[in-house]
Amino acid sequence: MKLSGWGRYPVCETEVQFPRTQEAVSAALREGPAIARGNGRSYGDTALGAPNTLDMRHFNRMISFDDATGTLTAEAGVLLADVISSFLPRGWFPAVTPGTKFVTLGGMIAADVHGKNHHRDGSFRQFVDWIDLMDETGEVLRCSRTQNAELFDWTLGGMGLTGVILRTAIRLRRVETGWISQTTLPAPNLDAAIDLIESNLDALYSVAWIDCLATGSDTGRSLVMLGEHALLAELGKDQSAHPFGTEAKRSLSVPIDFPAFSLNRYSIRAFNSLYYWNGGRKSGESLVHWNGYFYPLDAILAWNRIYGRRGFCQFQCALPLETSAKGLKALLTETSNAGLGSFLAVLKRFGEQSGQFSFPMPGYTLALDFPMGRYTEDLLKRLDDITIENGGRFYLAKDARMSAATFARSDDRVRNFKHMRRDAGLDHRFQSHQSKRLEL
Amino acid sequence: MSKGSILILGARSDIGKAVAHRFAALGYSIQLAARNAGSLEPDKADIKVRHNVDVDLFEFDALDLDSHQAFATGLPVLPDVIVCAVGMLGDQAADEKDEMAACKVMRSNYEGPASIFSVFANLFEKRDSGTLVGISSVAGERGRAANYVYGSAKAGFTAYLSGLRNRLAAKGVHVITVLPGFVATQMTEGLDLPQKLTAEPEEVAAAIEKAVGKGSNVIYVRRIWQLIMMIIRNIPEAVFKRMSI
Repeated sequence: MKLSGWGRYPVCETEVQFPRTQEAVSAALREGPAIARGNGRSYGDTALGAPNTLDMRHFNRMISFDDATGTLTAEAGVLLADVISSFLPRGWFPAVTPGTKFVTLGGMIAADVHGKNHHRDGSFRQFVDWIDLMDETGEVLRCSRTQNAELFDWTLGGMGLTGVILRTAIRLRRVETGWISQTTLPAPNLDAAIDLIESNLDALYSVAWIDCLATGSDTGRSLVMLGEHALLAELGKDQSAHPFGTEAKRSLSVPIDFPAFSLNRYSIRAFNSLYYWNGGRKSGESLVHWNGYFYPLDAILAWNRIYGRRGFCQFQCALPLETSAKGLKALLTETSNAGLGSFLAVLKRFGEQSGQFSFPMPGYTLALDFPMGRYTEDLLKRLDDITIENGGRFYLAKDARMSAATFARSDDRVRNFKHMRRDAGLDHRFQSHQSKRLEL
Repeated sequence: MSKGSILILGARSDIGKAVAHRFAALGYSIQLAARNAGSLEPDKADIKVRHNVDVDLFEFDALDLDSHQAFATGLPVLPDVIVCAVGMLGDQAADEKDEMAACKVMRSNYEGPASIFSVFANLFEKRDSGTLVGISSVAGERGRAANYVYGSAKAGFTAYLSGLRNRLAAKGVHVITVLPGFVATQMTEGLDLPQKLTAEPEEVAAAIEKAVGKGSNVIYVRRIWQLIMMIIRNIPEAVFKRMSI
């Protein structure tokens, strides 16, 4: 069948199976090269098997929970949203969360996702105790820091290319409430934004939203948003009645495709300005509901449809600390010159690098998205070049179109990953459209 | 924090599991009944971990009619709500050639469910309370060449539920008939079902929760099915018999 990732680009032909048992997974692996897929929230062709895709959403059972340590053992198809709805009322929250809660634990491991606290806590891997991984022979291996340690390391961030993740044990974070105490700081330009982020590295959560169409000396005009889990004593009367936040409100959804022109440069400019000034007025401290703070777009269920039928592309790179200011300025200038617009430009500080193939490196990460159009690919290529010139690298969970040569140039670790795959005989068993495109 | 208890007959089915999760989230304690119940341990753990409620497993065979009395009286607690998700689609083409196979489909969809509900209906009647939820099918609304073996048994079950509801209406016992239309489950996996007409098991569970709360009598899960079945029921037989739907 035809299948795509969250960005709805590219759409590829793949054979989808929905295994319900471990035996069904190993039987499927014997039929030919495959990749496991979770809830389909990676943007490009990461979870499109070539030729077979194993939809792992039937592996969605929780196995046990240790209330003393906050350790959850669960099958890989469990949704993060379900983890939150089960454990937030008991005082636990995911220690690392990406920008949507509609991801599976297996997908979070495969992409080794990061959150707004990467500068303090690192990526998801720091909170994964072990993984049960089905290898190319159908055997299930328990992988942890002490058992099959190398495979554990490759699998976190390995984009499903080391095997099928079946089960995992992860640690959650103790929280007193479901509210975030947020501080919003407007920054007139990029340097100011970086200064604000650097001087607030002790904040648990930190992220900046950039008006990526601001030009000249305004380039990088942004809102820096810092956050901490609010303590019970910090809640007002209304919130104290529901310390973990009431149930998320009924979600809006976008049932039809918006025409592509609805996102031309004018509408984006208007959106950006509004956001900036609205945020500017609210600057200072506020209490924000966990759902709105971490998952603003989840409220619009099928928000990927607002980009119309052609879909959209995400661009996310990381730049080393030394070149961040220069590189970010170049990326933003190129983006605003192109005038192809971006709903969301998100800037984040990364902490230490860990693992063999995980995306984050100490420095800054910038994420942009663009509706797919005639000039989009040209712009993305220029952004690729700027990233590489500045010693940066790319996030595979967002990528849909990079060339193998670009990817290899961006990261020396690519060669090691390929060798590891070849030596272990994984390259003929686990293949996605992305792994083929990037020659992994 | 127990809000009551619910028994799911045929708990291995996707609809049965979805109903269990839905009511567990409301704080109900859960009784799961199925053949080879031990194999539901992972589901038991899942419900317990997610919802922090009591879950118990019971061995139950809908076709073993002799065991039904003992099964019902042997439960540690007579539940407040019972949902019967027992059923078997069968293979129409095979069933046409093999009457024994056809009988198994008929027994699984009618005789077994009706038998166990007879037993529970009497227990509920004696207690003056309880809700019986029977998952029947739109296939029982009119026999079609494509699945009349299954459909006839569901028709029987629908009529049975209707009669039971009538009998118990004054006795504090409520009977709900669920006609889900297409549902994306293990039973229908591999069939090419139209997306707009196909409900997820979770939708069926949500509809059942609402029906139990409101005391509804007959529910379709997606409203469109009510219209579709009204049309199908009203096609004159002379026309219908030549149609292929």
